[in-house]
Amino acid sequence: MKKVLNHTDAVVEEMLDGFVKAHSDSLKRLPDTSVVIRNDAPVTGKVGIVSGGGSGHEPAHAGYVGKGMLDAAVAGEVFTSPTPDQVLEAIKAVDSGEGVLLIIKNYTGDVMNFDMAAELAEAEGITVEKVIVNDDVSVEDSTFTSGRRGIAGTVFVHKVAGAIAETKAPLQEVKAAAENVIKQVRSMGVALSPCTVPASGKPSFTLEEDEMEIGIGIHGEPGIERVPLQSADRIADTLLGKILADHEYDNSEVAVMINGMGATPEMELYIVYRQVANLLKEKGITIYANWVGEYMTALEMAGFSITLLKLDHQIKSALSATTDAQAFK
Amino acid sequence: MILTVEKTIQWMREIHKRMEANKEQLTALDQAIGDGDHGINMARGFGEVVAKIDGTEYESVADVLKSAAMTLTAKIGGASGPLYGTAFLKMATALQGQEVDQQNLKSAIDQALEGIKMRGNAELGEKTLYDVWYQVADFLGTEKVEDWQEMLEVCQATIEDTRELKATKGRASYLNERSRGHVDPGSMSSYYIFEALATVIEMED
Repeated sequence: MKKVLNHTDAVVEEMLDGFVKAHSDSLKRLPDTSVVIRNDAPVTGKVGIVSGGGSGHEPAHAGYVGKGMLDAAVAGEVFTSPTPDQVLEAIKAVDSGEGVLLIIKNYTGDVMNFDMAAELAEAEGITVEKVIVNDDVSVEDSTFTSGRRGIAGTVFVHKVAGAIAETKAPLQEVKAAAENVIKQVRSMGVALSPCTVPASGKPSFTLEEDEMEIGIGIHGEPGIERVPLQSADRIADTLLGKILADHEYDNSEVAVMINGMGATPEMELYIVYRQVANLLKEKGITIYANWVGEYMTALEMAGFSITLLKLDHQIKSALSATTDAQAFK
Repeated sequence: MILTVEKTIQWMREIHKRMEANKEQLTALDQAIGDGDHGINMARGFGEVVAKIDGTEYESVADVLKSAAMTLTAKIGGASGPLYGTAFLKMATALQGQEVDQQNLKSAIDQALEGIKMRGNAELGEKTLYDVWYQVADFLGTEKVEDWQEMLEVCQATIEDTRELKATKGRASYLNERSRGHVDPGSMSSYYIFEALATVIEMED
């Protein structure tokens, strides 16, 4: 393992320390926690929005804390969901009395820890609502499984819920807006190389030079299928094909996100965007806005995901609203 | 009595020893079908439990288990934190104000099993740690146990039986058919928990 590190057991601590030092004009760290919050939290009259998850997904999740997006982000150990007490501290710190919305990605650990935190917060008299993001179309959506994972589409949920909350809308309205995004967003990813969790020191899986993993999540885990390496255009065809087959996008307007997994150059992400834009044009689908870059990574995994969000009036205006979140300006 | 305060503390130390010793194996199992941090998380979690216990005085077995539960919940994260935290908390609640014999250890494991089921939304045969806890509860419900190693054989058989199952819960479920042929890391860490339990129960008083 070759990484820029001091101690493998201090990576999260030192990252958060550096992050709030770098952005101290708008963000701070809740003392003795792994929670990053807005300097001005709790904002009077506003629903608090809390998200989070394992570390290693930078700029997620702290990068989305700011006016117009999250009030707080809770960081767990690398690829490990944060614990209930940490989430509880975040909830308490951002509640202005209007309640708090938790944005959770559909991973067993995240769901359980955030559930326990919500139970603890409710015991303290705070109203908490939860939404669970499940945009990954590579996973079979069956009642017999844990359901689909939440991946890069989560960023759009942060943005829309954050924008609606900023208008001082009530909790149920903010939750409904978040659920609307979850209904309209689909993603799928691919990996060309694994990543190495600092504490383990070994790559999460091995891939031959001419192989790739289709249908990955964001935790450096293998995908659903190992296939021969293909051209950028063909990978884009495959991922987009699966997304388009999963939801009705005909004649619609969409937002597109091409998300790098940590070790894919922008050059390659734009090559993918080019093909996605061409394919959507052929199908009569209009791109209203696009985001190409790193939004929800898996350490230094090479690969990317494509996210398509079908727009309506509310989502469009929420996407256009301003935010000062570091990673989504 | 099969568990005293001293033996329960020793149980936590024995678990920690096994998690440390098998950290790489658990992590490798998790890399095959999960995200590759199970051994690291379990060793870290039980390390925190031992640190907590070393600085605290306990009056009952339930108090030790409760302390372990709170520490696991607050320190592990992932799915393992809430699942093991809930399991030990349920055991603590079941054993409140009681000395521990086989009968109420069985009741405590039953309660832990219910807790795991509730928290993880798990059923038998889904290739999770629930399967191992289920077999232990079942085993304790039989006649008076003389040889605790038999309990471990039951656990081992369960782990082998689940190897070829397709996972439908937890992160391994995302691999679908590819989860077959791999041992569930949570089943394996649960095995070490019960191996540690058998060791302390069979220790001379």
